[in-house]
Amino acid sequence: MTRKMTGAKMIVQALIDQGVDTIFGYPGGAVLPIYDEVFQQNSIKHVLVRHEQGAVHAAEGYARSTGKPGVVLVTSGPGATNAVTGLTDALLDSIPLVVLTGQVPTFMIGSDAFQEADTVGITRPCTKHNWLVKDTDNLAGVLHEAFHVATSGRPGPVLVDIPKDVQFATGTYEPKKPSTSRYQPPVKGDMEEITELVAAIENAKRPVFYTGGGVINSGPGASQLLRELVEATNFPITSTLMGLGAYPASGGNWLGMLGMHGLYEANMAMHDCDLMINVGARFDDRITGVVDMFSPKSTKAHIDIDPSSINKIIRIDIPIVGDVGHVLEDLLKVWKSRGRKTNAEALDKWWKKINEWRSVDCLKFEQKGKVIKPQYALSRLEALTKDHDRYICTEVGQHQMWAAQYLGFEDPNRWMTSGGLGTMGYGFPASIGVQMAHRDALVINVAGEASWLMNMQEMGTAMQYGLPVKQFILNNERLGMVRQWQELLHGERYSQSWSESLPDFVKLAEAFGAKGIICSDPDDLDEAIKEMLAYDGPVIFDCLVEKHENCFPMIPSGKAHNDMLLAGVGTQGVIDAKGSVLV
Amino acid sequence: MSALKIKKGSTSHSAYNLRPNFSDVIERHTLAVLVENEPGVLARVIGLFSGRGYNIDSLTVAEVDHTGHLSRITIVTSGTPQVIEQIKAQLGRIVPVYEVHDLTVEGPSVERELAMFKVTGTGDKRVEALRLADIFRANVVDSTLETFVFEITGAPDKIDAFADLMRPLGLTDVARTGVAALPRGN
Ligand SMILES: Cc1cc2nc3c(=O)[nH]c(=O)nc-3n(C[C@H](O)[C@H](O)[C@H](O)COP(=O)(O)OP(=O)(O)OC[C@H]3O[C@@H](n4cnc5c(N)ncnc54)[C@H](O)[C@@H]3O)c2cc1C
Ligand SMILES: Cc1ncc(C[n+]2csc(CCOP(=O)(O)OP(=O)(O)O)c2C)c(N)n1
Repeated sequence: MTRKMTGAKMIVQALIDQGVDTIFGYPGGAVLPIYDEVFQQNSIKHVLVRHEQGAVHAAEGYARSTGKPGVVLVTSGPGATNAVTGLTDALLDSIPLVVLTGQVPTFMIGSDAFQEADTVGITRPCTKHNWLVKDTDNLAGVLHEAFHVATSGRPGPVLVDIPKDVQFATGTYEPKKPSTSRYQPPVKGDMEEITELVAAIENAKRPVFYTGGGVINSGPGASQLLRELVEATNFPITSTLMGLGAYPASGGNWLGMLGMHGLYEANMAMHDCDLMINVGARFDDRITGVVDMFSPKSTKAHIDIDPSSINKIIRIDIPIVGDVGHVLEDLLKVWKSRGRKTNAEALDKWWKKINEWRSVDCLKFEQKGKVIKPQYALSRLEALTKDHDRYICTEVGQHQMWAAQYLGFEDPNRWMTSGGLGTMGYGFPASIGVQMAHRDALVINVAGEASWLMNMQEMGTAMQYGLPVKQFILNNERLGMVRQWQELLHGERYSQSWSESLPDFVKLAEAFGAKGIICSDPDDLDEAIKEMLAYDGPVIFDCLVEKHENCFPMIPSGKAHNDMLLAGVGTQGVIDAKGSVLV
Repeated sequence: MSALKIKKGSTSHSAYNLRPNFSDVIERHTLAVLVENEPGVLARVIGLFSGRGYNIDSLTVAEVDHTGHLSRITIVTSGTPQVIEQIKAQLGRIVPVYEVHDLTVEGPSVERELAMFKVTGTGDKRVEALRLADIFRANVVDSTLETFVFEITGAPDKIDAFADLMRPLGLTDVARTGVAALPRGN
């Protein structure tokens, strides 16, 4: 059924047809007709953020925690440019978003009109794809295609720029139909390659699964298949920051996160393995360190839906292009049909070795004295919240790494963090997006005070929509991660890496009508956390922690995986001149 | 589609060589990229090369199928085998890119370029320029008492060679189209 309607109405209709229930946005002149339609309907809830960057991160939180695309609506010019950081963040972390921007009318494009920006030009490199729609008759088709592109293959953010005259004009609405798009990335892996991987699995002596965000992108079914495969083969498994929760932290084969701040056992296993099975991870430089020294003795298999991820950084022996879920299903079938073989004897020896590494207990710390250690704060948070229906977001910095190390993730889609771009200011708005999608769940944003201030205006949003998000701020009064690097690299010259003139977070919370809690004594911590959990509304928890704590383990720049720094050792001169140019 | 002389069934996906050799030798490759002829598609391709630091030795683009809205971009690029594979994979990710062909590895192909040279001079030099143009089968498309404009088509190295010869004879301006290429046979 095709119908005539205005462009603005089409937009709302297309969102409804796409099953959208929530959008995050901020109005302005170039989107007023759309806002007028938003006003006149009840199917879609609009969340008015306080800054367009917040809208995009909230949509990312919504998307990551639901598996559905996040939707954003902002105005032209400054509305669009404020969205750029969020778009780039979503692109690097493969988060599906559909961002709608208003544009000046078509007949004024190119005239430096009021609030005109070349939005498609500016966002071309930070979207998976974008469109400028110049004809109302094409609008619905483009919107449906936008959802298709954002969610197919390797997910990512897309943007549709819609001039104001196109919103006012009447055109024909194309309903959503099974996609006729030419964009159809293949999801099935090549059976020959899969069989080759099965043979490698059967013979491996020191295997390891290295899993990533691609497992989460592939959906909960993929995590299920991964768990089955890990249990059935008894192979050890580690994950990137982006893949946490795909395999449960309580699972027996779990080695913890790998990489620059990964666990000792995970990095050692990666270094010494003879078969590395990469499932939906992209050999980021936080993982590989110096590529020449990366896992020198292993055969490397890589399952990834994006051919450009394969061989981009690390040479792959068994490349499999496809969706994690589809490939793992075929892999399990083939492996089972060939008799479920593994080299059990060699595996036994491998596990002995791994257990030796585990016994180093690289995350151990001692809570002594009257100052809260950040590790202690997170251990207590974990203990007191792990049985809740819980979602965790983070900002960026040391606290983010500690959260990844000390919190346990049992399921996919429960962990929202900015990995690729490392965007300070991500976590708070993301927690708002998560809470919008999961009204009854416990949503905690583990934050550093500096990051949190970057999007603190969203307190207003949390209050307006009654979102009981818990802002758990590990306040070290430092840009901690920067300070740590200055300690290691720049002779302890702490240039501009402290947080001065901080607000009184309790009063700040109260100023917004929320609850503020401050805690500085380890003995009070449990009670304070319980108070936070018991409060039905947004809470800012100001947890004053040790100011100069470093985050370990750490693979210093320019070093190999088996050359990790552990807590409690000297850190002077550990990074040489070659390493110091790396970020 | 057949008019485009691009093999059926070779999707952008299967054009990749997922098991490339990782040598350090810089290779020159000619890529044929079939794209949807939509606004901004050329900017996407060029932005990919500049954003990721790849080389463009030459680039040509024109619509090749009006009803199908298809354009063909021919890119000559250079890099190690790993970089070339990455370029193809990155091109394949661009949503309006339908097919990526590496003409350098997909069998024999022909490459042609058109160039125009303005040569200014009198006396012996002018005579010599005309004589060499004849040998290279370059046509005179404009002449004054002191200048010739030659038009020449051929593989890029033939055009380079002609340019080298014209330089001492008073070469003042050059316009080159960049490479167009097609696979040979079926
Ligand atoms: C301060 C800081 C420190 C950090 N330290 C670490 C660290 O110590 N350890 C760490 O791991 N990370 C760390 N990171 C994060 C790091 O920068 C990267 O974001 C992260 O390692 C990338 O994770 P990934 O490889 O899982 O890739 P993602 O970015 O999640 O990419 C997913 C991959 O899977 C593919 N894919 C997507 N969908 C599918 C599908 N359906 N099927 C198959 N494949 C699919 C994609 O093509 C892509 O190749 C840190 C970040 C910050 C900000
Ligand atoms: C927008 C942005 N600007 C700068 C940086 C660089 N940076 C990375 S971590 C960090 C310090 C973060 O401090 P805080 O939020 O207090 O967390 P901590 O490291 O102390 O836990 C900075 C400045 C960044 N990642 N993002």
